Amino acid sequence: MPSPGDSGAREQWPLWEVFVRSSRGLSHVHAGSLHAPDETMAVRNARDLYTRRNEGVSVWVVRASDITASDPDAKGAFFESPQGKDFRHAIYYTKSEGVAHL
Amino acid sequence: MVTTTHATATATATAPAAAATMADGDLSEDDRVGLARFLELIESDSRVEPTDWMPAAYRKTLVRQISQHGHSEIIGMQPEGNWITRAPSLKRKAILMAKVQDEAGHGLYLYSAAQTLGTDRDTMFEQLITGAAKYSSIFNYLTPTWADMGSIGWLVDGAAICNQVPLCRASYGPYARAMVRICKEESFHQRQGFEILLSLMNGTDAQAKMAQESVNRWYAPALMMFGPPDDESPNSKQSMEWNIKRFSNDELRQRFVDMLVPQAEILGITLPDPDLSFDEETGHWRFGELDWSEFYDVLKGNGQANSVRVAKRRAAHENGAWVREAARAYADKQAAAAATAAEAATLAQNEMVAA
Amino acid sequence: MSVKQRQAPTGIMTPELIETEIKGGLAATDSVGQYALGLGDDALVLAQRLGEWIANGPELEEDIALGNIGLDILGHARSFLTYAGSAWGKTEDDLAYFRSEPEFRCRQLFEQPIGDFAQTIARQLIASVYFDSLYRALMHSADPTLAAIAAKATKEVDYHLDHSTQWLLRLGLGTDESALRMQRGLDAMWPFVAELYSAEPVVESAAASVASVASAASAASVAEDDRGSLEGIAVDPRALRAEFDAVVPLLIEQAGLVVPKTGSVRGGGRLGIHSEAFGPMLAEMQVLARQHPGASW
Repeated sequence: MPSPGDSGAREQWPLWEVFVRSSRGLSHVHAGSLHAPDETMAVRNARDLYTRRNEGVSVWVVRASDITASDPDAKGAFFESPQGKDFRHAIYYTKSEGVAHL
Repeated sequence: MVTTTHATATATATAPAAAATMADGDLSEDDRVGLARFLELIESDSRVEPTDWMPAAYRKTLVRQISQHGHSEIIGMQPEGNWITRAPSLKRKAILMAKVQDEAGHGLYLYSAAQTLGTDRDTMFEQLITGAAKYSSIFNYLTPTWADMGSIGWLVDGAAICNQVPLCRASYGPYARAMVRICKEESFHQRQGFEILLSLMNGTDAQAKMAQESVNRWYAPALMMFGPPDDESPNSKQSMEWNIKRFSNDELRQRFVDMLVPQAEILGITLPDPDLSFDEETGHWRFGELDWSEFYDVLKGNGQANSVRVAKRRAAHENGAWVREAARAYADKQAAAAATAAEAATLAQNEMVAA
Repeated sequence: MSVKQRQAPTGIMTPELIETEIKGGLAATDSVGQYALGLGDDALVLAQRLGEWIANGPELEEDIALGNIGLDILGHARSFLTYAGSAWGKTEDDLAYFRSEPEFRCRQLFEQPIGDFAQTIARQLIASVYFDSLYRALMHSADPTLAAIAAKATKEVDYHLDHSTQWLLRLGLGTDESALRMQRGLDAMWPFVAELYSAEPVVESAAASVASVASAASAASVAEDDRGSLEGIAVDPRALRAEFDAVVPLLIEQAGLVVPKTGSVRGGGRLGIHSEAFGPMLAEMQVLARQHPGASW
């Protein structure tokens, strides 16, 4: 499994990915990345960098090298299964159209 | 928040790197599939993401453009940083501090975007401070007067915004996303510059003179920020085919001048171009020939401040080396201590179990 | 005291909001103005020094962090100076740009050059501990404007203290070089601690003048608003020293460093006596504004 962003071997400070919750009730969304020596500083740097204009009420940071991503080369196969399974979506069911509360 | 609606971590591509070094002629089967997929993405005006296969030249063009853009933000802190300690009012001081600080942030966003292509920030920094990398020549001009803070905001940031707005739709996802954030934050930069000039033009005679003199110096270099004329810009065509660039240098320059003229009128400032005239037929403002020899001369390193800018950046980086090392050493020590503590805890637990 | 002075401005305290309140009639008394002037000068001079770090930080992330701190503190300065100026019909810029060295009331710690990053962190640590206890106390000031400025500032200073503490630990426990530099930074800033926690001369003299007015038969001839005890309005820094002593030496030891045993400078910043670094800093700060007196920017 590839671990995206793990180029930090020669870099002094590792790379961190930043996720910001813009307001209560919403998910944390990827905002960008930054460099920091450790998680304590990473979360502070994230606050200083990504919330200068009231963009957030909560911040997550995760070391980029700790992220496990799906394999880009297997993209076609990996995401093939949902294709053709339209019955997972409400729009597939046309006969009940017009019936209230359905 | 920016428009990113799903959490795509900026990722360094690994697999395509090898393919990228190959000439397009002798492609492997995987590469052929990758290339077809890439062309399909470009054709459908979709976005290329870090882990996608991409042609070596596309990657190289992006790394060059994004890192140069990042360097420009970082070097661009200096001409304005020069006036933070001397800003003539506390409000202006606060605005200028926030603006120069934004530029550091923008450089950082861009370096992050470039890093997703496999070039890390330390490498890019190294290229910048050794003079190997290029950045926008505009920042090799000096800022001898306060009015230059106005001219940089109005003209330089104005030109930059013209350039950057279309880049929010660039085909490379991380670059486009960085540009969205940057454009959003920069919206105040041009306005504050315009307002500095407006205050000066509405101020004393000496202030108005300062404003006009400054615009005289910055107008032509700002127009040249869009790059050489289309027929002398060899890389533009390919960049446009790849949907990195959306408009040609000359198109953007024209758009910029059309915006400037009415704004200059509001300011009461004269744009230093005797050939400026309105073309009824096209609806565009025609402007005079630019002195491209000046442009190429600054590019070659003979601007007002090329060596000074790089030297200052190098000094900041080198003076900070011991700080970066200390923080790294502290993190390593903490991690080692935590590991030892965990080991001790496991041992203790095992002993308890054994007992 | 005027009625107006008793009304706390609503919303988050900004210099712009205070300006609006002043247009609506808010005015500090002379002694409150003098007191706010000292606090404003401390913050202004520190913000000016922090501004020198922009584009010079050890890493981009830290450049931005120091910029945020500088901007917070510049905000505090502007609020205090705007309010102080209301006592004499002056703006923040009149006060910042058109006073000369002896008219400034900043304490000398803030005037010192930025030095290396460790020296800056040493000053930030000392300053943040001081501001933290000062503003927490000032939030309860009987003067609602001062209380509102402090209420905004105290939250920001809380973060500044965390920032300098994190760096104290990292530099103290990082490498041999960083430990040496951090120790030197602390040693360089320590002589200015005593002055920081010395009495507010304006509080003393206000108390004295109240006493003399009360004892004089011609009390009525003195405008009530122009004199007045700062009792319940100002914070006596001497009362905050115990907190510093409880917090800072412990932090220094945690960072593997030694609490400095240096002597103390004589100080006198609040009386207009300043260290040698201050004049050049002020000249730089004021040069453009003074070339164009009366201009607006």
